[in-house]
Amino acid sequence: MNALIQRYTARERSNHWVVAIAFVLAALSGLALFHPAFFFLTHLFGGGTWTRILHPFIGVLMFLFFMAMAARFWGFNRITPADRQWMKRIGDVLCNRDQNLPELGKYNAGQKLLFWVMVVSLPLLLLSGIVIWQPWFAPSFPIGLLRLAVVIHALAAWVMILGIIVHVYAAIWVKGTIRAMTRGTVSAAWAKHHHRAWYREMTGK
Amino acid sequence: MALQSLDITARSATTTPSPSARGEAVKVAKLIDISKCIGCKACQVACMQWNDLRDEVGTNVGVYDNPRDLTDQSWTVMRFSEVEVEAGRLEWLIRKDGCMHCADPGCLKACPAPGAIVQYANGIVDFHEENCIGCGYCITGCPFNIPRISKKDNKAYKCTLCSDRVAVGLEPACVKICPTGAIVFGSKDDMIHHAEGRIEDLKERGYSKAALYDPPGVGGTHVMYVLQHGDQPELYANLPKDPHISPLVGLWKGITKPLMSFGVGLAVFAGFFHYVTAGPKKVEDEEEAKS
Repeated sequence: MNALIQRYTARERSNHWVVAIAFVLAALSGLALFHPAFFFLTHLFGGGTWTRILHPFIGVLMFLFFMAMAARFWGFNRITPADRQWMKRIGDVLCNRDQNLPELGKYNAGQKLLFWVMVVSLPLLLLSGIVIWQPWFAPSFPIGLLRLAVVIHALAAWVMILGIIVHVYAAIWVKGTIRAMTRGTVSAAWAKHHHRAWYREMTGK
Repeated sequence: MALQSLDITARSATTTPSPSARGEAVKVAKLIDISKCIGCKACQVACMQWNDLRDEVGTNVGVYDNPRDLTDQSWTVMRFSEVEVEAGRLEWLIRKDGCMHCADPGCLKACPAPGAIVQYANGIVDFHEENCIGCGYCITGCPFNIPRISKKDNKAYKCTLCSDRVAVGLEPACVKICPTGAIVFGSKDDMIHHAEGRIEDLKERGYSKAALYDPPGVGGTHVMYVLQHGDQPELYANLPKDPHISPLVGLWKGITKPLMSFGVGLAVFAGFFHYVTAGPKKVEDEEEAKS
């Protein structure tokens, strides 16, 4: 029987999944209004008008819960020299040549990068989203600002969606990872292999 | 108004061809000769009456403009400008504002709801409110600041150029009512021809810069003005000199739309093919056993 190490508390996991569910709903409803090819997704939300009504509220929910999560994890996401080294060896990471990689703390540079992408893009999405929010706020902003806001909203959402696709894929790709967010624990071997500095800190070994 | 369903050349948020079995139709246009307008607002009344609209009774704020702006209930308003082009010579320029029915409509380009905005083969740009989702993107796209969202139903409204009347061979209501003949309606070619005669007349009367307003930046419009001061359209309550769809809207609804969608698809496929080539990242069994 392998030893398990606690990675996330129940509270942290719940917080993560609220953000994740809100993201899926916001992304599907946002894509529906972005390109006609995705307009059929409005059916999931009760039609075009309901999609327009619900999308901003889902977005605000995601923003609030992500900010709570960001406050929790802020300290673990500072970029270190080991992260730069890891980024330089991204080829080894992708080809599973893990023996060439430096020792890492709780997160690797990819995870940290996603964190900072979210920290930057979510406030941008919130602010630009308020500017174009019909019928509550949009009428009080000048048209020039509305035009800028729609472009910022689309770009920030796109970057975030790409980031989340990589995030989800990485969780599937790196075996033994998903249980960290479903059960809260990872195997000691997993921790030692992928995040050795964090493993030492947790076990004292 | 969904009357000319076979005569559609463009449909919002639609990537396949629109119903076009009838082929080419005669392009129509409304010509508004500002030099003939006396500001009686009969056009506003006719518009209200034909379209069965009743705006709220506003308050007098000391200018002739009434209502003060376009609304979901007022699809056309007279805008009064007092200007002195030559010092000491006051001119009262009265422009009937409303949808210009652009050949390249920014509202249609920006609209995300399939079929909420259509362009008929005759050039009329029409909103089909039953498909409107109330997002306000048409407002973002319009170079003339025309569409208004109703506070009652959150749908966008604007001048239809009386597409329902035109479909059965009648002229728009404002054209029918105009007591001075300042508003005329017909084929776009005929209206341009008519305007040329008016411009010649105005030039003889000392308006050397008289010109037709049919801005090429939006592909020309199906509502045109004869301006006494054609070189300064801004005099007429800020009529834009060179209107065009904002480059930001062009960026948003142009190249980014397919490119970003493609990027999202590519990311998903890249992940899938990485998995089936490089394979999963596993912690080996012996490592598991050691720990």
